[in-house]
Amino acid sequence: MLWNALTLQLGYNATLVTIGATLLGIAAGVTGTFLYLRKRALVSDAISHATLPGVGIAFMLMVLLGGDGRALPGLLIGAAVSSWIGLLCVSWLTGRTRLSEDAAIGAVLSVFFGFGIVLLTVIQTMGAGRAAGLESFLLGATAGMLFNDALVIALGGALTLVAVLILRRPMALLAFDPEYAAARGINVGRMDLAIMALALAVTVIGLKIVGLILIVAMLIIPPVTARFWTDRTDHMVMISGLCGGLAAWAGAAISAVAPAMPTGPIIVLVSFGLFVASLFLAPNRGVLAAYLRHVRFQRRVHMRQGLLALAQGQPIYEAYTVRLLNRAGLAQADGVPTEAGRARAAKALRDEKRWELVRADQAFESAAALYDGLRDIETVLTGDQIAEIDQRIGGPQGVAS
Amino acid sequence: MSLELAANMGAAPKAEIPSDSPLAIRGMTVSYGQKPVVFSVDMTVAEGSMTAIIGPNGAGKSTLLKAALGIVQPLAGQALVYGKSLKAARHRIAYVPQRASVDWDFPTRVIDVVLMGLYRELGLLRRIRPHHIEKARACLERVGMTDFADRQIGQLSGGQQQRVFLARALAQEADLYLLDEPFAGVDAATEKAIIDVLKSLRSEGKTVVAVHHDLTTVRSYFDRVFLINTRKMAEGTVDDAFTSDNLNQTYGGRLATGQIDQLELTAG
Repeated sequence: MLWNALTLQLGYNATLVTIGATLLGIAAGVTGTFLYLRKRALVSDAISHATLPGVGIAFMLMVLLGGDGRALPGLLIGAAVSSWIGLLCVSWLTGRTRLSEDAAIGAVLSVFFGFGIVLLTVIQTMGAGRAAGLESFLLGATAGMLFNDALVIALGGALTLVAVLILRRPMALLAFDPEYAAARGINVGRMDLAIMALALAVTVIGLKIVGLILIVAMLIIPPVTARFWTDRTDHMVMISGLCGGLAAWAGAAISAVAPAMPTGPIIVLVSFGLFVASLFLAPNRGVLAAYLRHVRFQRRVHMRQGLLALAQGQPIYEAYTVRLLNRAGLAQADGVPTEAGRARAAKALRDEKRWELVRADQAFESAAALYDGLRDIETVLTGDQIAEIDQRIGGPQGVAS
Repeated sequence: MSLELAANMGAAPKAEIPSDSPLAIRGMTVSYGQKPVVFSVDMTVAEGSMTAIIGPNGAGKSTLLKAALGIVQPLAGQALVYGKSLKAARHRIAYVPQRASVDWDFPTRVIDVVLMGLYRELGLLRRIRPHHIEKARACLERVGMTDFADRQIGQLSGGQQQRVFLARALAQEADLYLLDEPFAGVDAATEKAIIDVLKSLRSEGKTVVAVHHDLTTVRSYFDRVFLINTRKMAEGTVDDAFTSDNLNQTYGGRLATGQIDQLELTAG
């Protein structure tokens, strides 16, 4: 059953909903990357909560005009207008008063959301039957979604995606170096507003599927996940889009199979799963990789210190060092060096002398910059250079015993 | 409006400036809040020169550059670039911001930063082609950073970061280079590399303006100075304007006499 949903074999409507959700997820991941890089991710939370009064007012207007209050395009336009007002409020409060952005976000978010809830309650008492369904904008629901609704979402997601691709260069430039971007003639204020407008588009389009409370997760979690895997902006955008699309696709499929489940929370949970997996497993930036790197580094330090101690005939106090040397066949369990250990120790001491010379000589400046006390000197200098240094040091250095 | 303002302030118009000066600033006033940081400043940059902007901390050196570039909005005044408005001639300027102004953990590689210099050439949609990469690499070569092209920028030392910023400016192939404290917190090798590049730019006929902190190197690095402490204090060749009198006025006694003596100044 779930397999059928994932492979889009659950009927026309469910298929379109899944495609729409996936497009939305990709658009959210890609847009969210720029929000994250510009360090404005939380503004999207204010934007999303500010949609609610618009939904309520649009519903009332449409009913008053004798139409169907639940027409999705009308509701989305209402949502867009009120969240745009919310966004302008945040910008105004931050720019013109002494309020910091986080305080402005908190104020706008709660006031707009509170107002929206009041409107929804009024609507409920106004005509309970027809209002049913507006609460689904809080947490999202794909069950019983109309064909046209899904079409609106899919189209909106695709258009947002195109807009992000067009603006990707100025947005990345602005996020990395706003002063340089301004010097190149990019209007910083307007470009910031464009980033926010794209986030707003994703939010409004995602209202029906994910709901306004959790849409912020679709904008934030994928880029954070992607950051673990890459050090390049373009790759990060793609990976983030992929994560967002994957989560939305799986989430929509799951909720197609189990219509009672809220779609938004499921998408967020899938997204979170990808995040946790990346947190632990990603190469370089992942927790596991960082731990292994640390252990390996510690082992190198202990080996080096142990060898130098052996070379100078000093006792080794750390049990871990002895164990490492013993395991490598360089020392016996009591810390007495083996034949191989003696040779390696002599080389370690000699390398130390070579490094000393390299670091004292201006001619080796670039090589000396790589000195960390652990690096083998052969990885930095050529055989000829080492021979030259050895000549300066003089005869071979024996192992003190 | 700015010219009248300057005149009203008593800064009588000086000798006519050649209208094609790389950068001509007139009556520039910038304030953060109610306190002017730069007040009614005129500056004329000579073509093909290397000019140091000098002054104590908080004297408005960086702000003057930023206002000239439109990065901060001036309260009054304007800047002409090669006799044209900033908007019309912006592409002839390459700006090197202070290193501390960006987040170095940003997910981008050295080569990507240099490619940002080709922003105008690439536009919104053009693909990055091999010849773009080649150009970026050539700029890295000039600052001695070729080996670092694929590194994440956060892995670089301060000096290396500064060189990458300079390479990005070189990629623009501009005529006027504005640098904000290019030597702040860099190692000796980088300082040498940067000044070599700047001098070679000058010998190509380009114009260089740098906010500069280290008074001891002014004489060997630059041929013109611009002294500022909110107001313009002096402007001219190093021989004419880099005098102990001017320095004393600019720094208002913040420099010890001993320090000034060491600068081998021409007698005021």
